[in-house]
Amino acid sequence: MTQYLLSVHHTPDDPILKMSPEEVQPYFDATGVFNDKLQAEDAWVFAGGLHAIESATTVDGTGAEVIVTDGPFAESKEWLGGFWVIEAPDLDAALAWAAEGSRACGAKVEVRPFQSE
Amino acid sequence: MTEPDGAAAAIERIYRAEYGRVVASLVRRFGDIDLAEDAAGEALLAAVERWPVDGVPPNPGGWLTTTATRRAIDRIRRESHRDAKHQAAHMIEDDTPHEPTGIVEDDRLRLIFTCCHPALAPEARVALTLKLLGGLTVAEIAQAFFVPETTMAQRLTRAKRKIADAHIPYRVPGPEDLTRRLGGVLAVVYLVFNEGYLASSGEAPIREELTGEAIRLGRVLRELLPEVPEVAGLLALMLLTEARRTTRVAAGELVPLHEQDRGGWDRGLIAEGHALVRECLAVGRPGQYQILAAVNAVHTDAPTAADTDWAQIATLYTQLQSLAPSPVVQLNRAVAVAELDGPEVALAEVDRLGLSTYHAWHATRADLLRRLGRSGEARAAYDAAIAATANEAERAYLSRRRGSLAP
Repeated sequence: MTQYLLSVHHTPDDPILKMSPEEVQPYFDATGVFNDKLQAEDAWVFAGGLHAIESATTVDGTGAEVIVTDGPFAESKEWLGGFWVIEAPDLDAALAWAAEGSRACGAKVEVRPFQSE
Repeated sequence: MTEPDGAAAAIERIYRAEYGRVVASLVRRFGDIDLAEDAAGEALLAAVERWPVDGVPPNPGGWLTTTATRRAIDRIRRESHRDAKHQAAHMIEDDTPHEPTGIVEDDRLRLIFTCCHPALAPEARVALTLKLLGGLTVAEIAQAFFVPETTMAQRLTRAKRKIADAHIPYRVPGPEDLTRRLGGVLAVVYLVFNEGYLASSGEAPIREELTGEAIRLGRVLRELLPEVPEVAGLLALMLLTEARRTTRVAAGELVPLHEQDRGGWDRGLIAEGHALVRECLAVGRPGQYQILAAVNAVHTDAPTAADTDWAQIATLYTQLQSLAPSPVVQLNRAVAVAELDGPEVALAEVDRLGLSTYHAWHATRADLLRRLGRSGEARAAYDAAIAATANEAERAYLSRRRGSLAP
């Protein structure tokens, strides 16, 4: 089994960002159903949705002094909205989960394998 | 095996033919593409040493696989300190039991689905397929696709690393995905074929190598998936196209279908292609390769260009248009319409398509305008066609046609 990161990426023109709370609700519900299915099939490792990108703080501890800055690491046209860490036998299985997750949450999903050690 | 050169060439030929089987079998067993390739290379060195002395073994493919397997095991033992890491880097181990027969074929089929996986970049799929199944060298593949050897080597290394890191599986997809994934495999094989065929005026030897390799892969797929009509359709399409290859260029100039010397067509390939077309169409599950093969069967069935059954060809393109709509299909249909309803009707259809970056669109317009006696417009269309193609043989043909226009 390999662990994969399924990350949910948003761009400013994602239709889901312009929806009313009532319109977004079905996506939350579908994501909940998807999460339940991941757990039922033992593919679930961890998952979470993130607050808006404006809530980000960047910390640089690489120099002599730690520098704390308000805002994301890089001003970017796309940002991470949330993620799943799943366990799957191979990439085909991970891609199938990603397709289902993308449909559920209404955004594109990137799939990356974790290093095994 | 008395003539050293002949022996070396014979070994090279056997090795090339068996390479895909050997590598596929080792990838299945060890789950490591680089190890499989290195071991296959060592088995070749052993064959070069042994065969001229001992003679070619009765089952050279089996000999190469056994020798390569031993070399791979030796290497794993030698590098046993790396073993833990090695295991971790393995692709998916397949634990389905070995079938008593046909497993070698099965291994090649698995490997081609890995090479043509949709998670790999299209150009990497083509390169990997030629490298692992076709046994072409990095230098040959680089030359065939006009990229520097280092670029091609990096492309292959990246693809192989992704297969290992992302655990791209080494198996034939299940029935629910097979049709879609097989479509990707057939597309790669047809791309290899066209790369060799369409640009055949360039570096001829390597180009012929590509069409030959595509046909060989098509035959392997046909052998492995005899019940899938599109597989037979693709093989038939390639055979019927290949049958005309030697008559397609004369004195550096492209020869269009209606001017080709039909006596020079390869009757053996045509007979094989026709049989495949009949067989796959009888299944009643038409697909784009089957229809294109049928079009080629109609052309190769006509003793002279004037005998061509254009109504049949127009019908086939109409069918293809409903199955896989594209302006290129409509353009080809218009060529048949010109023969049936005259160039004026065809020109109206062609003009509607507006494929202004496609050289064949300009060339078709040019020919229709010429037939309508509209020389000035035809000249401009030939100019546009010449500007839109890089193929020297085609440019030579178009330039001659342009020069023969009435003032």
